[in-house]
Amino acid sequence: MMTPRVENAGIDAWVVRFSDRIDPASRNWITAFCRDCRAVLGDALVEMVPSYTTVLVQYDPWQLTDTVSRRLLESVLERLEPSSEDTGGRLIKLPVWYDVSVGPELSLIAERNGWSPQRVAAAHAATQYQVFALGFVPGFAFMGLVDPALATPRLATPRQQVPRGSIAIAERQTSAYPQVTPGGWNLIGRTPLTLFDATREPMTVLEPGDRVRFVPISRQRFIELGGDPTPVAEATP
Amino acid sequence: MSRAGALRVEQAGPLALLQDAGRFGVRHLGMTQGGPMDWYAAGWANALLGNAQVAPVLEITIGGLSLVAETSTTLSLTGADLGATVNGQPLTPWQRFELHPGDRLAFDLPRAGMRAYLGIPGGWQGETSLGSVACVTREGLGGHKGGGRPLESGDRLAFPQQEPGRFPAETHVPNAQRMDYQQPARLGLIPGGQAARFDGYSLYQAFNRQWTVDTRTDRMGIRLTGPELVCRHTAMISEGIPAGAVQVPADGQPICLMNDRQTIGGYPRLGTLTPLARARLAQCPAGHPVHLRACGTGSAQREWRHLFFLWPHQ
Repeated sequence: MMTPRVENAGIDAWVVRFSDRIDPASRNWITAFCRDCRAVLGDALVEMVPSYTTVLVQYDPWQLTDTVSRRLLESVLERLEPSSEDTGGRLIKLPVWYDVSVGPELSLIAERNGWSPQRVAAAHAATQYQVFALGFVPGFAFMGLVDPALATPRLATPRQQVPRGSIAIAERQTSAYPQVTPGGWNLIGRTPLTLFDATREPMTVLEPGDRVRFVPISRQRFIELGGDPTPVAEATP
Repeated sequence: MSRAGALRVEQAGPLALLQDAGRFGVRHLGMTQGGPMDWYAAGWANALLGNAQVAPVLEITIGGLSLVAETSTTLSLTGADLGATVNGQPLTPWQRFELHPGDRLAFDLPRAGMRAYLGIPGGWQGETSLGSVACVTREGLGGHKGGGRPLESGDRLAFPQQEPGRFPAETHVPNAQRMDYQQPARLGLIPGGQAARFDGYSLYQAFNRQWTVDTRTDRMGIRLTGPELVCRHTAMISEGIPAGAVQVPADGQPICLMNDRQTIGGYPRLGTLTPLARARLAQCPAGHPVHLRACGTGSAQREWRHLFFLWPHQ
């Protein structure tokens, strides 16, 4: 792992860079950094946005100058110990109904590998993922890394409407769509959980630093848990 | 006891949104900031009334709005000159003024600047969501009636009717403190992000050639057109985006990311606009000339602090 760098991001923010490539090991450093940074900056911390290899730290420039804030971040980095797997975030289990009707690209990935759709589902569910970042729309978690056999480029033409709860793959990332939105990721299943609700505390099921496992469920269980089994509408050519 | 006063929305115009400082502490969940695009003009709208700097103001983009007073009240108008009139009589921005029941405040078209701010003593009433009434239509949050909805014809804009307030001595913003929206915009940019990965000629052009504000602008971002900037660093891993970040996608044309920006993104960045530069850019119509100048964090922080001390304090 490289030595973390503190880079300028304007009058009230720094980007702390931990790595130049996506590397699950740097996740433990980032989780630890976020925890320590919150403790050290206290009230002066305005926002902290972790992503794959970086953390954007926004501070209150009424409380800290740029030089003082930078020195505080460097002191956190000097003392930093990576969090371990046990302390590095919660383990969240997401129930998923893997089915071609709600995840049309399940068959695309299956055919490419000469597998059955069930085997693709099993391979997706066999990995423990990490939440690297939330973004795109509120509650959309960028998770990785998926089995190289499942890695699939984004659709050439994004769907106008991806159903809520869709479980999807793009390259070696996987995610779940919290709301209906246009999207170009490959759909392989659907979760019945509400992933984002601004009126709920906490608002999101997933947070950066969480570890995630997808748990296959039946269509019946999916409906019992409140899922909408309407098939993905394919655009008519 | 205070009761509510109100203005009736006769005609909503293209876009009028309630804005306060915005949402904070939620960016890591993927939620955007919101808040006034021109924080400087919005701050003056509140300062003229003795409000807290973050009290909700109405951001009126382009114009086309007309409001009819149901109650007598004092208001403030700052920012763009959108051809405002009260009962047909011209009303210039950067001042405090009165409306009485039946008075019509109407906005026409931009004459200078793009966004006007209408302040009211105590701030407009809106639905608070995650600690803010900032109206973000894309996320369906905040606004005068919640759900991220912009003003619509027939709506009522409510405000707390207070005891006759003690306002600051200033009824107008001093001329020296008004932004001149007619001049080419000279925007301070703090180099950062992937600036070192742009080729030398591109960096030279970025800070020495004229840019033009594109027609594709909204509260997420404002595009500039001009020389094509080339960055060697194309396969970037997405990272958090600060307010004012200037990102350059593959077409080489910069996008300045504003209040409703996406929270993370994967295009190389030249750096970050200063807060004053963001406020100035928010007032540029399509086709307006823009120049970027490199500046340091310390001087930009001092410039920003200095502006606050010009606001009247009670």
